[in-house]
Amino acid sequence: MADRGADDKGMAQAFATRLRNGRWPLLAGLVAILVVYVFAGISAYVLLPALALLLGAALLPAGVARQAGENGAAIEAIGLQRLSGEYLAAAVADPLIIFDRAATIVHANAAAFAAFGGIAPGISLALKFRAPEMQTLLDSVLSGDVASDVVDYTEKLPVERAYRVSASSVGHGTDLYVMVFKDQSETRRIDRMRADFIANASHELRTPLASISGFIETLRGPARNDPAARDQFLQIMQNQTGRMARLIDDLLSLSRLEMKPYLKPGTEVDLRQTVDGVIDSLAPLARENNVVIERDFAEGSLDVPGDRDELFQVFENLLENACKYGQSGGRVVVSIARSDADPEPGIDVTIRDFGPGIPEEHIPRITERFYRIDVETSRTQKGTGLGLSIVKHILTRHNARLSIRSEVGKGAAFSVHLPAH
Amino acid sequence: MQSVHIVSAYDEELKYLSKRIAAMGGHAERMVEQAITALVNADPGLAQKVIRDDAVLDEGQREIDDKAIIIIAKRQPMATDLREIVGAIRISADLERVGDLGKNVAKRVVAVTDGRQPTSLFRGLEALANLALTQLKEVLDVYASRSVDKIGFVRDRDDQIDAMYTSLFRELLTYMMEDPRNITPCTHLLFCAKNIERIGDHATNIAETIYYIVTGDQMPAERPKGDKTDQISLSATLPVK
Repeated sequence: MADRGADDKGMAQAFATRLRNGRWPLLAGLVAILVVYVFAGISAYVLLPALALLLGAALLPAGVARQAGENGAAIEAIGLQRLSGEYLAAAVADPLIIFDRAATIVHANAAAFAAFGGIAPGISLALKFRAPEMQTLLDSVLSGDVASDVVDYTEKLPVERAYRVSASSVGHGTDLYVMVFKDQSETRRIDRMRADFIANASHELRTPLASISGFIETLRGPARNDPAARDQFLQIMQNQTGRMARLIDDLLSLSRLEMKPYLKPGTEVDLRQTVDGVIDSLAPLARENNVVIERDFAEGSLDVPGDRDELFQVFENLLENACKYGQSGGRVVVSIARSDADPEPGIDVTIRDFGPGIPEEHIPRITERFYRIDVETSRTQKGTGLGLSIVKHILTRHNARLSIRSEVGKGAAFSVHLPAH
Repeated sequence: MQSVHIVSAYDEELKYLSKRIAAMGGHAERMVEQAITALVNADPGLAQKVIRDDAVLDEGQREIDDKAIIIIAKRQPMATDLREIVGAIRISADLERVGDLGKNVAKRVVAVTDGRQPTSLFRGLEALANLALTQLKEVLDVYASRSVDKIGFVRDRDDQIDAMYTSLFRELLTYMMEDPRNITPCTHLLFCAKNIERIGDHATNIAETIYYIVTGDQMPAERPKGDKTDQISLSATLPVK
């Protein structure tokens, strides 16, 4: 019924439009008929049908036009008539404020209320956004010199937020203006993280470098003729260069991982063989640390899609960590199990150590670059602070998950869940 | 905001006045913010900019004074209008002082950051500045919304600022006793902290003015002043050389 009503209304409107558009020819026709009537003295019986004919002719094409075309324009016109500014503003996800020539807020959408609070219709926009760049923006748009303008606006308090704000006038002669805020905080944060990373990496490289240059100075000066000290210093210098080399290797593999963000599809990896290879390659390290590596592999095929070299690196890093930091436990258990109960069937590889464990507050952060629980231990164990972030990076590319469970004093378990297909 | 006057030009003049106050407020907030950033990042360029920007606030205050006097002379304002105009004069004076205090912090940037100072020296100052700036921002927001019923927060925030200032004072004294080389930067930082604490006081003043503009009453009586630095003395047992 409602549709029908709308249709009728549309029809009536089309007629009205038709009449308005044709008003001059119609008027001319009317005048002509009247002139003929007055001067030629024809009877009124002829006049009335002539007038009726004229009116009929005027209205007829309206229906035809509706059927024939102008459909797009009609839909647009009818649609726009239903559109209210309020609904449109509410549908915009970014904060949006409509204001008038005096910079008084006329309407603000829900996103704007949530973002800024304390804005209500009637409040002056110039009083609410006092930052100099916002004042300039308001002035330039309200003065009418430019139709629209954009500025970057940062709010420090209560939390730091950055917006790109654009303001423009709405239509012609409405005396209304609209201001839209695009949130840029996330982009800013990522930029800052990148800068932090560079600062961290250079700091990590500078520490061994400073120690090497210090020893060189000592070797050329006071320790010039002391063979015992010379040997000791050269040993330390070698350790330091080794540390720098490891760090650069890790940085390179991280940047390689970032260069090729997507995994080549279609290759299968046999986890049994890969993990066996990792255990063999780390056997010397385990012996050195007096750690026994135990295996607990499930039966059957343990194939998952993925890149063998990358997964090898994941398990190598995890097992290496377990041997180094879980040394006091004396053993490390590597288990591979199928997990079908998971919403995503796949294979779990768990590396469990029985060392001191990881305090709870560190667990969410240990995959961050250069995050160390204990700087001293990490140094003595030749850690670079990048191992787990490489692990996390590779696993993300494999759509895999890393979960860490740990209890202080009882050890830690790093579990990798790789989706099967 | 206010009822409409028969002469619409009068309304426009009043609106213009509050718009100028808002612009001055924005400028003052920005100046203090940048002065602190310049101090923490050891950025003399930014400090110079802050010092130059102070002229804008001075200019703003003079303009508001002139405009207000002209309105009083021409329109013979009564009641709310009169309070609005007198309030504008007082707020602009407070904001101009805030700008001066920010400028004074900026002027000390070079002296404080002369040698490389550990960032821990600035942590407390940054926190104090954040409190004072939040205070200023919220007060100016009330000026925009005129909802004075919420103005009680000003008192609480003032207490926080005083507590923070007292603890910062103590901290800086400790640094100075630890190492005499800290005395120069720490003395400057003490002045900076004092300036920032004063900014909080000006924000409180502005809040009282706004309360008066809107209600016509003075804000309920002031409670005793809270910073306790006048009682701090660290009994120093200096190492005997």
